[in-house]
Amino acid sequence: MATTALDQQRAHATAGHAEKSGLWSWLTTVDHKRVGILYGATAFFFFLLGGIEAILLRIQLGSPNSTFLSPDTYNQLFTMHGTTMIFLAIMPLSAMFFNFMIPLMIGARDVAFPRLNAFSYWVFLAGGLFLNSSFFFGAAPDQGWYGYANLTSRQYSPGMNVDFWTLGLQILGVASLAAAVNFFVTILNMRAPGMKLMRMPMFVWMSFITQVLLLLAFPVITVALILLMFDRFFGTHFFVPSAGGDPLLWQHLFWIFGHPEVYILILPAFGIISEVLPVFSRKPLFGYAAMVFSGAFIAFLGFGVWSHHMFTTGMGPIADTFFALTTMLIAIPTGVKIFNWLGTVWGGSIQYRVPMYFALGFIAMFIIGGLSGVMHSSPPADLQQNDTYFIVAHFHYVLFGGSIFGLTAGAYYWWPKMSGRMLDETLGKVHFWLMLIGFNLTFFPMHILGLNGMPRRVYTYPEGLGFETLNQVETVGSLILGLSFVVFLFNIFKTARGPRNAPADPWNGATLEWAIPSPPQEWNFAEVPAVHGRDPLWEAKRERGGPLPEPPRVSGEGIHLPNPSIWPLVAAVGLTGVMVGVMTLHIVGPWGVVVGLSILFFGVYNWAFEPAG
Amino acid sequence: MSDHAHAMQLETSTGLDNRKLAIWTFIGSECLFFATLISNYLVHKQTWLSGPGPFPHERWTSPSGQAFEPIIEIPLVTMGTALLLFSSLFVVLALANAQRGNRNGLLVWLAATLFCGFFFVGMQVYEFTHFVHRGLTLKTNLFGASFFTLTGFHGTHVTLGVIWLLTLWIEAFRGKIPPAKSLNLEIAALYWHFVDVVWIVIFPVVYLIK
Repeated sequence: MATTALDQQRAHATAGHAEKSGLWSWLTTVDHKRVGILYGATAFFFFLLGGIEAILLRIQLGSPNSTFLSPDTYNQLFTMHGTTMIFLAIMPLSAMFFNFMIPLMIGARDVAFPRLNAFSYWVFLAGGLFLNSSFFFGAAPDQGWYGYANLTSRQYSPGMNVDFWTLGLQILGVASLAAAVNFFVTILNMRAPGMKLMRMPMFVWMSFITQVLLLLAFPVITVALILLMFDRFFGTHFFVPSAGGDPLLWQHLFWIFGHPEVYILILPAFGIISEVLPVFSRKPLFGYAAMVFSGAFIAFLGFGVWSHHMFTTGMGPIADTFFALTTMLIAIPTGVKIFNWLGTVWGGSIQYRVPMYFALGFIAMFIIGGLSGVMHSSPPADLQQNDTYFIVAHFHYVLFGGSIFGLTAGAYYWWPKMSGRMLDETLGKVHFWLMLIGFNLTFFPMHILGLNGMPRRVYTYPEGLGFETLNQVETVGSLILGLSFVVFLFNIFKTARGPRNAPADPWNGATLEWAIPSPPQEWNFAEVPAVHGRDPLWEAKRERGGPLPEPPRVSGEGIHLPNPSIWPLVAAVGLTGVMVGVMTLHIVGPWGVVVGLSILFFGVYNWAFEPAG
Repeated sequence: MSDHAHAMQLETSTGLDNRKLAIWTFIGSECLFFATLISNYLVHKQTWLSGPGPFPHERWTSPSGQAFEPIIEIPLVTMGTALLLFSSLFVVLALANAQRGNRNGLLVWLAATLFCGFFFVGMQVYEFTHFVHRGLTLKTNLFGASFFTLTGFHGTHVTLGVIWLLTLWIEAFRGKIPPAKSLNLEIAALYWHFVDVVWIVIFPVVYLIK
């Protein structure tokens, strides 16, 4: 059997570099694939946590005047649901694919800065734990994920809730920025010979644009969070109107970050879909260059539309017109992408495998979300829809219908490469149908409820307004949605107990990651590949006139690998210590910050002076 | 650059060393960080409901007859600014010596850079202390809050640069920065130049424009 042959090969391959295992090897790993797995596992955990929070919210809203959750708990849960899904689930799930896939797809042996990569992960983990530790103090953030001033001032939020949020997000920002520098350099500098920019796989292109957005958007939110921290801890009044501060400044700073953030969440999914559709249509991606430039154009415009989140603040007709027009303009490059995806599938020899199901589901769902977005790009329409469930429906269609469908397509597509095991196709299709049905049951009625005037962010609603039935439907839908991920988990656990049965190239892939064994060996490519076109593997197969032979697992002797290091973890602990220090200023004085800084410097110095290998 | 320097670099797709590209990327990102802080200052510089009043550069009397003394001391800060600008030249000379393998020249010019950096940080500590004695703190008014936030974060960047360059000075003293490793200094120097350039924007915006 093929499986046993593969297993034998694997046993044979450990001769050169000893296969690493054990807790210490994970704490000190600088291998981009292991860091990717850590990112994925952690982010999926947070995704489930955010999902459970959502289901609790839905149970509360399932009936009028419900007392299942107190108003205060409801506020904490909806804030943490949003914050978790954005910063601890979707972004790091994308980061999992950046980590695992970018080096493989550009033919590199690792990222440009392996230790910085590990640092990003540990800081992300620490930030996630810091943020969620608030639950143990009964003081989870409760002001909404957008943290509007002056709801966040000490006067109106005296507890630790907002402190956890503003400090936790600063920690997470460091993780994102470090990773963005790393991947920006990796993509520009680590490409295999012949992998020109316009030959890069579309996922790499969209990831590259995402890093640019991260680099330019995150400093802005960092400053906003610092100002908020100063307001809350050091007595400034940046967002306090009674001292001359302007709460609207927060909204501007937040959305100058916040709107590019939306594209940070969706562009990686665009990239994944652009990999999956061609492979399962057996056709090259339609309009490659148009895809690249429309992605870049979306990112560029993404910095010029932030105030469409603020139409109701009364900015005046000129600002409203400008931001309405730029917002409508974004529909054009997005439309270009959608038509190119359709053009890719059109006339193809379509293979109905699980990743393709999710990719096609993505297109359908994302179009709905995109269209409702164009609807409230018009200020008069937005004035009606703002703060209602219509908005909630819109952004769930783009973030769940878009990002999560895309990421799930990527999960099924790359699972064999990452784990060496094929996921069960039937269970995958069950997952898909449950998710599609559950998703639409949950979020489609929100359009109608929103247009009928049901406000968002309110913990309950009275009887007799006609909201009961649709809310019940939504709650049932959310349970089905939850169930779909139970099926996914079951699929993972079931196949994890089976043999490592994934061949190197289970889908007849076009890109370099399918040229090497599943899962890849530590050094990725025994020989650095040379690239001559956009779909290097398809070209190799065409030249050969059939499938390529299964690549052997080799000993890897003589291949230079970076040394493992504990210092990224130490530095991450120090950085988090600084924020814990700020949190406990009123108890221990500046000593917490001093200890945190000392650990940080200790970690960074040891990191700088340790031989990189 | 010398042949040695080329020999130690790995081949990259752009031909630019990874670390050099990374520091440029980081600097690009930092531009947005300081742009936001500077905008925040511009928004708030005339906002005061208490404390030293709207024109910190000159004596000012409000319509109600309340008098405000100027608080900003331009000569001292000009001195600090000049030294910081010279330090950019000095670090270039230090790098040139490092690339030629002239350890003594490297040590002297790097020490000159460090002196300027220390002077600037010292100047800022003095200025902040002086302001606090005159009654302007983070809490006094929004001018104070945005002034201290902007110049404080710049000062933190200078301080980190000083620590970085001091580390490199000790390394150079121990003979651990041969020409082949001059890139270590070049990267720190790029960061140092950036911190200077930011100050070239902050100095007129805060101290010269009324």
